[in-house]
Amino acid sequence: MALNINNINKSFEGLQALNDITFSVREGELFGLIGPDGSGKTTLFRVITTLLLPDRGEVNLFGLDVLKNYKKVRQLVGYMAGRFSLYHDLTVEENLKFYATVFGTTVEENYDLIKDVYCQIEPFKTRKAGKLSGGMKQKLALSCALIHKPRLLVLDEPTTGVDAVSRKEFWDMLKRLQKKGITILVSTPYMDEASLCDRVGLIQKGNLLSVNKPENIIAEYQRELLSVSSDNLYKLVNDLRNDEDTHSAFLFGHSVHLTRKDRQASAKQVIKYLKDKGHERIYVKVIKPEIEDCFMDLMHEEDEI
Amino acid sequence: MNEQKETIITVKNLVKKFGNFKANDNLSFEVFKGEIFGFLGANGAGKTTAIKILCGLWAPTSGEINVAGFDIYTQTEQVKKNIGYMSQKFSLYEDITVFENIRLFGGIYGLSRREIAQRATDLMRRLDLEHSRDKLISSLPLGWRQKLAFSVAILHKPKLVFLDEPTGGVDPVTRRKFWDQIYEAADRGITVFVTTHYMDEAEYCDRVSIMVDGRIADLDTPSALKGKYRVKNMNEVFLKIARIKPDEYNKLEPIYKVRKFK
Repeated sequence: MALNINNINKSFEGLQALNDITFSVREGELFGLIGPDGSGKTTLFRVITTLLLPDRGEVNLFGLDVLKNYKKVRQLVGYMAGRFSLYHDLTVEENLKFYATVFGTTVEENYDLIKDVYCQIEPFKTRKAGKLSGGMKQKLALSCALIHKPRLLVLDEPTTGVDAVSRKEFWDMLKRLQKKGITILVSTPYMDEASLCDRVGLIQKGNLLSVNKPENIIAEYQRELLSVSSDNLYKLVNDLRNDEDTHSAFLFGHSVHLTRKDRQASAKQVIKYLKDKGHERIYVKVIKPEIEDCFMDLMHEEDEI
Repeated sequence: MNEQKETIITVKNLVKKFGNFKANDNLSFEVFKGEIFGFLGANGAGKTTAIKILCGLWAPTSGEINVAGFDIYTQTEQVKKNIGYMSQKFSLYEDITVFENIRLFGGIYGLSRREIAQRATDLMRRLDLEHSRDKLISSLPLGWRQKLAFSVAILHKPKLVFLDEPTGGVDPVTRRKFWDQIYEAADRGITVFVTTHYMDEAEYCDRVSIMVDGRIADLDTPSALKGKYRVKNMNEVFLKIARIKPDEYNKLEPIYKVRKFK
């Protein structure tokens, strides 16, 4: 195992940020921690990277306890924080050299590892980091996190606020790094990125809902899921919600994903109900859930206030 | 939508230059009253620049722009009074209460004390927040804050509301509940101009424009776009448009060619 996390608890002023988190990441694995804002992803990453002490529990990284061996652990981990945390007033090149020096290495020594990422920003190496575009900042931050050749790369929401095309490119880059033998732990609020990971942990409000391969999380989904569409999407989702047989009805792109209280209920009944409500071009079919369906099924609804 | 489409935003040949760089390169489009208009594009495509101009915050380099019936050059104050704005990054002040936020934004929009009191009561009743009137925003769950932020953004009953990535980072259920609010607002006749990186949300829009390199690469209903590019969903439309290569583009049938390659 590259990483063992055992019963980690952390609270801030009475708020339980992490509640008994336990899971492992295998060597060479691309592991995704998936959850919305405020679910505890960053807190957990800060504990793993020795930046925050847990209230309870242990983290073990390549056989080292992160509390007792924090100095050694820091040599083994490359951490890319969610917020851009490089030096704005240093140039691209200076930032990279700085991080290499701090870790007692040189840019030349590990250039091979960062080449794929860094070559895209190398033409701008004399530019101040603060003047880079969002995408270029991200590539520089990744280069700096990699420059000491870490065995575990920890990336906190590298694709948040990034467009669909750049997200895809970033994931392609991660796959190439994984092939070079680096274990990767990455967090994201985008459920659709789950399928790009070897295994994922779903997290909400400091609770781990599930840890598994994406395909197994989908296989464990217990309900029958229907995809329903008609000529009026907004009316459709409202009408379905008001149907007393409905367990849940959520918008999903151009259709509504529907689960029913009675598993045996037939699609015909849904069609009849919608016809009576005046819908046209009704289309109902049984579909395979996506990770987002699974997450919504597992998650606890936000507290009433 | 009815046959006689009334426009609420008219943009003709909008250009915005920063030095030699054209952030907005000759944009022309219309937004119709009451529609949900999705404004998509890759990072750095020029969306934020265009939104700032439409909100009356930045002057364009050239072009004719009319928002909510007012000219963007000479009537910026009227433009600002007739629009609402909300983003994920900035919405409400966390260290004051629910009611104080409503009163603050009501005051900024120039509502009278009586109007503020009336609308605050209505709003809190509708959102079921009456018992949270004196709670700090920081004590509310994210989903509730968002609901309130959206309601506050339309407190002055604007004709048009700009939502800049309103759902970034929120959980999948809250994200969908937020879209319920958008639909409700559109139902009441408020035009919604929204940006998002969630491509499933692009499907909820009446029409969608996709910006690439400062230009509008395409604009149509989601179903027309999917048909045109022969793909299943808006994510694939986006990937095709935003990263289409010149040689692939040249293979498209002529009617689909909206972009010029230099």
